[in-house]
Amino acid sequence: MTDRWFDDAAGPVVRPYAMTRGRTRSGASDARLDLIALVLAESAGDGSAAWEAGDDIDDHTLAPEHVDIVTRVRRTPQSVAELAAELDLPVGVVRVLIGDLIDAELVRVTRPVPPAELPDEDILREVINGLRAL
Amino acid sequence: MVFGRSERSRAKEAEAAVNEPVTLKVLVAGGFGVGKTTFVGSVSEIRPLRTEEALTEAGRALDDTSGVEAKATTTVAMDFGRITINEKVLLYLFGTPGQSRFWFLWDELAQGALGAVVLADTRRLEDCFAAIDYFERRGIPFAIGVNCFEGADRYPVETVRRALDLAESVPVMLCDARERDSARDVLLMVVEHAMRTAVARNQPAPAP
Repeated sequence: MTDRWFDDAAGPVVRPYAMTRGRTRSGASDARLDLIALVLAESAGDGSAAWEAGDDIDDHTLAPEHVDIVTRVRRTPQSVAELAAELDLPVGVVRVLIGDLIDAELVRVTRPVPPAELPDEDILREVINGLRAL
Repeated sequence: MVFGRSERSRAKEAEAAVNEPVTLKVLVAGGFGVGKTTFVGSVSEIRPLRTEEALTEAGRALDDTSGVEAKATTTVAMDFGRITINEKVLLYLFGTPGQSRFWFLWDELAQGALGAVVLADTRRLEDCFAAIDYFERRGIPFAIGVNCFEGADRYPVETVRRALDLAESVPVMLCDARERDSARDVLLMVVEHAMRTAVARNQPAPAP
């Protein structure tokens, strides 16, 4: 161990919740987003894609982390847990950022299986077959 | 015709829900250093990721008169991995925090889990008692993977079952958490067990 802290050892330069302007929850979602809720890029109502993968997000109210999330999920849908790990941010912060993006209609999230309910047998059968094929 | 925002997004949601992939989770539990991270890593298609989650202490009675929402939260690190079953189904694995003092914080992680793997080390069997107890009480289907460490004595499955005082229905298997096929077989065992549990729950109880 050294006497002084350098770089990563000193901790993040920006405290995580500064990115959410101190908020621990966002206006959009009453319920906490599950760790395995999938975040998908929102498409236009008429069925045509409102964006191209390389499009810039022209919204200056968004923080770089917001843009980062949108860019990632436009490439492929990702779970809340994956986004947190990839962005190296606490899940709580990522939940707030995703909530902002839901408000802005840039992303939507899937609802996972309700608690205390096992997924239906057909899906379990698919999982079993999928694992066997690995 | 002009649609309000909520109406439009509701229509959109309904239309989208049909094509949304289903996500499922399986927990990987066991004592500290039993191989949970290794297990998740060997079977995951993505490099194992690690994230921090502030878990809320659940089920603790709150004092009504205080009017203050008293929540104790603790940040724990957890590993997770992903297996794409097909384009409609994604399976996520979560290695649970190994420190026993975090056991009471687990409820959120366990919510909606289809099942759990409890990893056991025959040299320290008692380390997985807490995990077994937890899943038994919450009715989450689980199975035991006995991680065969080099240098540890190998015991027959039945000996382990008796030592853990397990119900006949709980599957037990010897495994090597470093081997992808071995970890895959343990997962398969858990999901098959969850399937049997689901079938049994959906059937009316037999007449006495």
